[in-house]
Amino acid sequence: MSVVYLDNNATTQPDPQVLEAMAPFLRERWGNPSSMHAFGGNVRRHVEQAREQVAALLGADPSEIVFTSGGTESDNAAIRGLTEAVPAVRTVITSRVEHPAVLEPCRHLKEKGYTEIELGVDEEGRLREEELGAALKSAPVFVSLMWANNETGVLFPIPRLAPRLKAAGAFFHTDAVQAAGKVPVDVSRVPVDFLTLSGHKLHAPKGIGALYIRRGTPFAPLILGGHQERNRRSGTENVPGIVALGKACELARLRMEEDSRRMAALRDRLEQGILASCPDSRRNGDSVERLPNTTNISFHYIEGEAILYHLSDLQICASSGSACSSGSLEPSHVLRAMGVPFTAVHGSIRLSLSRFTTEADIEAILRELPRIVAKLRALSPFVPRPAAKGG
Amino acid sequence: MWEYSDKVLDHFRNPRNVGVIEDADGVGEVGSLACGDALKLTFKLGPDGRIADAKFQTFGCASAIASSSALTEMIKGMTVEEASRVTNQDIADYLGGLPEQKMHCSVMGREALEAAIENYRSGKKSKRILEGKVICTCFGVTEEEIRRVAQENHLTTVEQVTHYTKAGGGCGRCKEDIARILESLKPPAEAPPSSVGRLTMVKKVRMIEEVLDRDIRPKLRKDGGDVELVDVDGDVVYVALRGMCANCQMAEFTLRELVEKPLREFVSPSMVVKEARP
Repeated sequence: MSVVYLDNNATTQPDPQVLEAMAPFLRERWGNPSSMHAFGGNVRRHVEQAREQVAALLGADPSEIVFTSGGTESDNAAIRGLTEAVPAVRTVITSRVEHPAVLEPCRHLKEKGYTEIELGVDEEGRLREEELGAALKSAPVFVSLMWANNETGVLFPIPRLAPRLKAAGAFFHTDAVQAAGKVPVDVSRVPVDFLTLSGHKLHAPKGIGALYIRRGTPFAPLILGGHQERNRRSGTENVPGIVALGKACELARLRMEEDSRRMAALRDRLEQGILASCPDSRRNGDSVERLPNTTNISFHYIEGEAILYHLSDLQICASSGSACSSGSLEPSHVLRAMGVPFTAVHGSIRLSLSRFTTEADIEAILRELPRIVAKLRALSPFVPRPAAKGG
Repeated sequence: MWEYSDKVLDHFRNPRNVGVIEDADGVGEVGSLACGDALKLTFKLGPDGRIADAKFQTFGCASAIASSSALTEMIKGMTVEEASRVTNQDIADYLGGLPEQKMHCSVMGREALEAAIENYRSGKKSKRILEGKVICTCFGVTEEEIRRVAQENHLTTVEQVTHYTKAGGGCGRCKEDIARILESLKPPAEAPPSSVGRLTMVKKVRMIEEVLDRDIRPKLRKDGGDVELVDVDGDVVYVALRGMCANCQMAEFTLRELVEKPLREFVSPSMVVKEARP
């Protein structure tokens, strides 16, 4: 039985073309690009070519791209790197629905005496922009807002916010881990100062990411101990990963329009099919301003982990915002910030597609899910039972 | 994924005794939608006073469903008195163990059983209500419950209490309170073994009993065993192993490592432990 993989916001399958591009740098060309011999030194230009490919996807200059170990490092580097470099910044603004890689460093700054403001969202997961106005008054501030939410796919209006934040003198970081390669992300038109990118969310392997740092932006490196990445990120370059990320970004740039259109059509069919076939279900998040590949659906009266285990028995991969599936006892902070009722928050599942998702995958889950939901509902003490017939 | 035992997965995939007994003798409901898990347990007694049927409905994760299903299987055939002695550890053991972070599922099973028995004994009048001071407001866990679960399961850290009761797993503000409760459960600092030169027989027997209670029995009971003091003759201590220990292949090892060693440490280095033969 083949795996039906609908958990692409967690990680994606490395594209075969990406693996092909990186393989020589594991097998034959394993030299250190900093070496003073041709065997190593010749690898350098492949690193720089990858930097150009990443920059091209983002509309950046290659010199503004710093390779990192992934999204979490890039988020930490931006937040800690800017605040260390600009001591006058004493206020950080973020949102309640950010990834922990942003929330935790921001809360860490709060513990160190910074003012930390977490903006709310409405019940569709849209940023409460009106809260930003008051928060900005304490300039200079550092702002970190995600481009697209990993759990719901909802897009924050980064292209509209960035000029406004720039005008207010704020330093602005956006976590575009989920957005890059799925919706246009162009820093030549959207004046952000930092932008986070993760390789394994766009068909490169795990362990590679990038941080865009706009030229001239103050930045103190997180990792010291070498001269690499122009002193912005020390450590011998992860050459195979970097080459892979470059190739993945090139593919994303070339294929984004077509892939996104295809994914959106499949996603819409999936979502409508589930909502139509499973009573007492609801979509979480804005249906318009969102990623083309993500849907988040709640099933009242049942619990998400139980749904995932039944799906997993059928080799169908999804994820859940329920407390039990997270390892903590609290359900998704994103759905809670949106005010999703408790009857629905524990029974939420996220389905996220990729360019490799097929119609057969969608059919498989549409065929199995209603039966699983009904099975779990039969166990649940909360399902309203129909009263005696008649009357 | 959690490391669930095959038995947990089996009870999750094929839950036994799902539903509600309409004319039940006992009904127990615990948990809530907000908490993320809930269990409704109903049982009916047969003419012989034993539990003839038990059914459950559960809202929760795989291990919550499995714990509920296991519970209904376990209590069938028991008298109410027997059922009232079922512990959360019994439920976990029946399932071949639960991940520690999921032990609260077994605690929920025990609580539902207790509530159902209470409901039965009070002539269906009693519904479970929270008694005592609520420590964890996120999950509605009282001081009494934390004390009890901590004692019964020999919990020593706040994290363990969270795994077993969920208390402290929400906002986390009650963690200090939980630590205070755990502190109060610790046995009073042990008096150093008397430095008095002469150990009279009465003193010696008393100290042996103390060490048995404090250090030895809890360990044996974890494996379903026990030990009884039969006689003391000079430095020779005669004991009988009980329960699972009685016919255990490891009896000799148990006597040396788990009984003699602590007695030598805390009573007198010259203690010799022998098994009392019937």
